[in-house]
Amino acid sequence: MTVQPRIGPDGSIAVEPDHPAVETPKTADEDPASEAPAPPSPAPPAGTTGGADATSAPHQPGPSADGGDVRPRTEAAGDPQSSDAAASVVDPAAARSAVALARLTGAPRSAELTVDAAEAASMPIPSSADTVDGPRSTSGTKPGWSGWHRVRTRLARRRIDARFTVANWFRWVVERWRRSLQLRVAVTTMLLSGLVVIIAGILSVGAISSGVLDSKRNAAHAEVINGVRVIQDQLAAAAPQDKNGLNRATQALLDTVGNRGAAAGLFSIVVVVQGATPSVSGSTDVADVPQQLRALVEQGKFADMFSPVRAGDGTFTKGLIVGAPVPRQQSAVQLYYLFPLEAEQRTLTLVRNTVLLTGILLVALLAVVALMVTRQVVRPVRVAAEVAERFASGRLRERMTVRGEDDLAALAASFNDMADSLQGQITKLEEMSRLQRRFTSDVSHELRTPLTTIRMATDVLHASRPDFEPHVARSAELLHAELDRFESLLADLLEISRYDAHVAVLEPDPIDLRSLVRSSVDTVAAVAERAHVGIEVDMPDGPVVADVDSRRVERILRNLLVNAVEHSEGRPVEVALRGDGRAVAVTVRDHGVGLRPGEAALVFDRFWRADLSRNRRTGGTGLGLSISLEDARLHGGWLHAWGRPGHGAQFRLTLPVHSGDPVVSSPLPIEPADVTRPGGAGQRTAPGWPA
Amino acid sequence: MKGRVLVVDDDPALAEMLGIVLRGEGFDPAFVADGGRALNSFREIKPDVVLLDLMLPGVSGIDVCKLIRAESGVPIIMLTAKSDTVDIVLGLESGADDYVVKPFKPKELVARMRARLRRTDEPPAESLAIGDVLIDVPGHSVSRDGQQIPLTPLEFDLLVALARKPRQVFTREVLLEQVWGYRHAADTRLVNVHVQRLRSKVERDPEHPEIVLTVRGVGYKAGPP
Repeated sequence: MTVQPRIGPDGSIAVEPDHPAVETPKTADEDPASEAPAPPSPAPPAGTTGGADATSAPHQPGPSADGGDVRPRTEAAGDPQSSDAAASVVDPAAARSAVALARLTGAPRSAELTVDAAEAASMPIPSSADTVDGPRSTSGTKPGWSGWHRVRTRLARRRIDARFTVANWFRWVVERWRRSLQLRVAVTTMLLSGLVVIIAGILSVGAISSGVLDSKRNAAHAEVINGVRVIQDQLAAAAPQDKNGLNRATQALLDTVGNRGAAAGLFSIVVVVQGATPSVSGSTDVADVPQQLRALVEQGKFADMFSPVRAGDGTFTKGLIVGAPVPRQQSAVQLYYLFPLEAEQRTLTLVRNTVLLTGILLVALLAVVALMVTRQVVRPVRVAAEVAERFASGRLRERMTVRGEDDLAALAASFNDMADSLQGQITKLEEMSRLQRRFTSDVSHELRTPLTTIRMATDVLHASRPDFEPHVARSAELLHAELDRFESLLADLLEISRYDAHVAVLEPDPIDLRSLVRSSVDTVAAVAERAHVGIEVDMPDGPVVADVDSRRVERILRNLLVNAVEHSEGRPVEVALRGDGRAVAVTVRDHGVGLRPGEAALVFDRFWRADLSRNRRTGGTGLGLSISLEDARLHGGWLHAWGRPGHGAQFRLTLPVHSGDPVVSSPLPIEPADVTRPGGAGQRTAPGWPA
Repeated sequence: MKGRVLVVDDDPALAEMLGIVLRGEGFDPAFVADGGRALNSFREIKPDVVLLDLMLPGVSGIDVCKLIRAESGVPIIMLTAKSDTVDIVLGLESGADDYVVKPFKPKELVARMRARLRRTDEPPAESLAIGDVLIDVPGHSVSRDGQQIPLTPLEFDLLVALARKPRQVFTREVLLEQVWGYRHAADTRLVNVHVQRLRSKVERDPEHPEIVLTVRGVGYKAGPP
């Protein structure tokens, strides 16, 4: 018994007695669940399935039933030889190529796995037969290299995860947006009402603030005019020669008005006299008055300006500064009032916050209202959709509940009307179909019993025709022959009516198609002999098994063969059978006159005849190919016709090997190999499937 | 040999014509037109073969078939106007050995009757076994653990045909030829239904047959002896 080491996905090495036990490989493609991330610990459980099976490490330990025994998993399932051949130590070159592959595919897990495998491959292999402890003791020998690698791959994985999460989330949102009318209406309402609220808020806040500031300005102007009057009064009271008259007047203004303003925190005053130190009230400074304003006032204008002013505590706040010249003969005097706008600012902030809050609440409320309103509309629509779906799936008694008299009730009522009408129609059609079936069955029985009697009587007459007068004998012959035609016509009509009534049922059974070909050729042999036509059969040596309804396939083959013999003009008919694992095909070829352009599409039409002037040897019913086409369709297969004038015609039947599988290609070409005109004109039709 | 035939059919013209044909072929036909009286006539006449129309007034052909089969293994050939598989399988499952679909050719019917009658003439002399089922060919009996398993002659023939060549796989066509005696033209559904009927009698578990095994895509073979 040899001992083979196994290299695990984590770099672990398991050793077990070699035996040819091979299980079905459990690859990442087959079982996504096994793609769970490898545990980062240096000794993960041995049951982690690897993902790099394509290039290296054919022996990854698979999940084992008993937890201890690690069985080999190979790509070559069911082939013990290849399993043995692959049961060697992973060579580093293979592992490196696996790394390259992993880099190309960008699979972090594979990279981790295979690099570790390469690392492990360069490590000494324990010779003990210990399966589980072996890997644990060896895998930690190079922590630096494998640890670094693990960190790198884990980071990469996290980045990829994050991207996938965002992408998934985005996809989820888009999906919701596409599917939920409710969400769309709510979001649209929110956006539009938000826009309206923002515009309204900006306008109203703007109007309020300008109103507040205007009134402040008016009040300020009145105050300043008052101040100017006070100074003028003082100056007027003083003697014109009094040198200190101006100073006194200024002082009086500052003392009375200035102190009142400063005490109330309403304003402070600056008096500038040309050629003298400016006088101020409160904590203000002459530098607080902007030069621009001073220039205006010095020109003798009454002006104001918004500019920062000193508040009571010395800090600057927004303010209004009004300047006025005091009319005087000599040494010009300017009077400045500085109004801090703290109160107005507070008011405006309050207004703005109130508007903002109201707006947000309004928008949220509107969104909720939209959600609720659409919910009222959408819910009945959803219910209607569900009911319609159930109805469509065949539960014809499904109806919507009509509540109230609103539009939705009208919808429900119309839906129910529609359902009633549909149910009525369907029931009627079902009834008709049932009657049709009954009729078919009844006709079948009622016609067949007398026909049997006629048949037997005719046979008796036919058998004893030598005893008759010649004209009676000939009549008996004709009767006999025409009865055959009548019978086959009746049988074909009944068969096609069964298809028309959709009551034909497929009874597939696995069978070797060669036996069907053989028996149909045998059946047609007598007809072919009468027409002096040979039938050449080309079949593989091995069985060609497919799930088919042998009765129907035999009928198809019989019809194709009879048709070919009838049109063969005495030349041999060729039959070929091939299978390719997915489909089986039978071609029937004749070398007769062939089909004219456009005729290949017509051959499957009921009662269609290629040439009305030609006499019919076999007396087909004209329904054979139509029935064959239906038979092929019932199998989910194809029936194709090909033909070219002078080259004969070929019919090809293609059936799926497994009943119910679709046919995608045929093992045999529709054009015969002996027709070698390049480009292959001729006619091709695909009336069989897909229609 | 002048085989007695009981014709159970309600159509007088067909019955009369059948009579003419059968007499011409050397049979001795008797007629009954009513399913209710069919069993009494059967007991009275003791026919060698029964021709039975499936659609009868009174007791249906299926029921008549079951009643006759309950007390005799005599060959029963159904005459049916319905060629649908359901109808045919139903008839075969109720105990008929064979069927002909109307309108049949008289020669075909006679050939089938002869095939059914010929079989009883063979004098076999051997003893066979499949699994724990013992077949006494001359004694025409089948037993398991000493317990008799009642089989109709046709079922018996089918089992014997399989048992005689234990390793050979029989296609349905070959079985039709060997057991029923038909060259071509017969329907393989005959074989399927009879194999099922046989299994329901000889197998311990008809779902997992051990005596008559199916060879997928080919046919049937006997289980290991």
